[in-house]
Amino acid sequence: MAAASNATSLESAPRILRLVAECSRSRARAGELRLPHGPVATPVFMPVGTQATMKGITAEQLDALGCRICLGNTYHLGLRPGPELIQKAQGLHGFMNWPHNLLTDSGGFQMVSLVSLSEVTEEGVRFRSPYDGDETLLSPERSVEIQNALGSDIIMQLDDVVSSTVTGPRVEEAMYRSVRWLDRCIAAHRRQDKQNLFAIIQGGLDADLRAACLEEMTKRDVPGFAIGGLSGGESKDQFWRMVALSTSRLPKDKPRYLMGVGYATDLVVCVALGCDMFDCVFPTRTARFGSALVPTGNLQLKKKQFQKDFRPIDPKCACPTCQKHSRAFLHALLHSDNTAALHHLTVHNIAYQLQLMGALRASIMEKRFPEFVRDFMDTMYGDPTLYPTWATEALASVGISLT
Amino acid sequence: MKLSLTKVVNGCRLGKIKNLGKTGDRTMDIPGCLLYTKTGCAPHLTHHTLHSIHGVPAMAQLTLSSLAEYHEVLTEYKEGVGKFIGMPESLLYCSLHDPVSPCPAGYVTNKVLQKSTIIGVIEGGDVMEERLRSARETAKRPVGGFLLDGFQGNPTTLEARLDLLSSVTAELPEDKPRLICGVSLPDEVLECIERGVDLFESFFPYQVTERGGALTFSFDYQPNPEQTLLQQNGTQEEKQYVDQSKKMKTASGNQEMTPFEINLKEKKYREDFDPLVRGCSCYCCKNHTRAYIHHLLVTNELLAGVLLMIHNFEHYFGFFHSIREALKSDRLAQLKELIRRQA
Repeated sequence: MAAASNATSLESAPRILRLVAECSRSRARAGELRLPHGPVATPVFMPVGTQATMKGITAEQLDALGCRICLGNTYHLGLRPGPELIQKAQGLHGFMNWPHNLLTDSGGFQMVSLVSLSEVTEEGVRFRSPYDGDETLLSPERSVEIQNALGSDIIMQLDDVVSSTVTGPRVEEAMYRSVRWLDRCIAAHRRQDKQNLFAIIQGGLDADLRAACLEEMTKRDVPGFAIGGLSGGESKDQFWRMVALSTSRLPKDKPRYLMGVGYATDLVVCVALGCDMFDCVFPTRTARFGSALVPTGNLQLKKKQFQKDFRPIDPKCACPTCQKHSRAFLHALLHSDNTAALHHLTVHNIAYQLQLMGALRASIMEKRFPEFVRDFMDTMYGDPTLYPTWATEALASVGISLT
Repeated sequence: MKLSLTKVVNGCRLGKIKNLGKTGDRTMDIPGCLLYTKTGCAPHLTHHTLHSIHGVPAMAQLTLSSLAEYHEVLTEYKEGVGKFIGMPESLLYCSLHDPVSPCPAGYVTNKVLQKSTIIGVIEGGDVMEERLRSARETAKRPVGGFLLDGFQGNPTTLEARLDLLSSVTAELPEDKPRLICGVSLPDEVLECIERGVDLFESFFPYQVTERGGALTFSFDYQPNPEQTLLQQNGTQEEKQYVDQSKKMKTASGNQEMTPFEINLKEKKYREDFDPLVRGCSCYCCKNHTRAYIHHLLVTNELLAGVLLMIHNFEHYFGFFHSIREALKSDRLAQLKELIRRQA
């Protein structure tokens, strides 16, 4: 069962989110997701394990960090090793031996962002595989079929993804098509008892289009909603307004998943705006470039200034890297060809993200979320004149003042 | 540091090096190997993943070549390289060179480390007279042990130098450990042990990892009767395979695939849901399949190196454990025959 009931149709989709606390000022909520592979505390950050692996850290290490849900990418896995093989391996959980939850996206975003030769029609997205040149069609039905084979706990609808910098009729076309594709995904979904299908709100940066999308999609009784089409090249000012608009129109008793968001400030603000779930490649990717995330920003550990810095990355961090190693050692290791350097930083950056979410959650439960936000901003930026305007405005819009 | 021999069988020494470490209470089994590191860290492995491996040697090998540029940093650090690299409890051996990276022969100065034991290096090329001279003279010095240098190279060269090796070790005192550098293949390890060598570097499992390979050679010299039957039935195929791999080995040198491993990049592993080695107790074999490792290699994922390194180290350390066990129970000949058949 996808949550706890025996419903077989989406007309009474399971309520997988249990709210535990709400901030009395802002829209921040703390809760618990009930998923087939165990509970997940929210707000939650989900690390991205694109190709059935969390980039150099083992399933055991990821579990030890407290991660209970992470992402896989349908586009990549659909090509290599393919859904048939994964099915033989007892699904994606079996293939990568991950005992906790998995969320797979539909492949829509990669189709458009990664592939130069892709063509979108009402049918689906037609594209050429970069590995063998074969042409395939990723339709809503095919995307759900692949995700059914992968067996992830949360699956995403195939949406018509348009870059947030695009304007004009294409945005409207994509929005309405996404609604139609949502219905096709719902109809094609064969494993409603084991996998939760989320809708993805589109509409670009146009408030009217987004509102229309919200109105339509919330008529479909899916277990959760994602806010898509953001976190591209748009300005932060436009970004937060679309997030706020979306959360104001999404049902309170269902999870809100903001896709592609991962910078610390963005996470804090968007939790204030009422989002529950986040994913982003940033923390794991930046680790592999030698960058460690800290409450004041980041440390570029390859730089000479760290050569004799014998402190850990963050003395308050409980992760294995900070417990055992100094910045100086990591600096030396980063200048060698031992990949362990990258793994040390990946472990730390994931720990940083998860610790941040944990701290956010605790502050909501303990009714001190606004203070937490103020402290966070102070630590990150120091001088209030350096606070990003968009963040100040976004927080003000939900009753949190930073002055 | 004190070597105490339990037994010597046909020139093979079984024993323990005692009184190691700062407090003098650590021991190391011989024959044994050192943990290979790059810049003070096992390749691909963090502390967590390294310690998931069973049988990690008590002594790690650092290479001066990777740490020399941090001399100033370490001086300022003041607390020693062991703590700096996050291995404060480990015994450490520092070699001049990294056995994996080719090094030009030449004159290199050594720094004197007051509280550490110095290992004397035996040189002399392929000239018996020089080798004997080096051995005798070095043995007169107050060194803690001996490094047998210059025996490494491609597979055929070690074979040619085995007699030289025997003559050299015959000149060395029994109660001091003998290390050899650049020799890490299982069959060569056994040949060297038979000629009085005690300690080896463990870079071979690393090389196998880097080419996407997993060590699969058997060191179970006491198989159950069922397995013996299977082995007998398999001798025809085995012979063909052995002949083929012998060709491979002599033609392309040490850096290419050996008969001791499988290449997980091969297509045939794509749907193989067995562990790398059945019965292996390493984290990789207990949790993952050949198909998964194959996928990680095909997609160039970092985790491939991590998981293969875990398995390859554990397998290799298990091999050394079996050598010691075989010596204890006087079964080294069986182990040697088993390895020889697979080489």
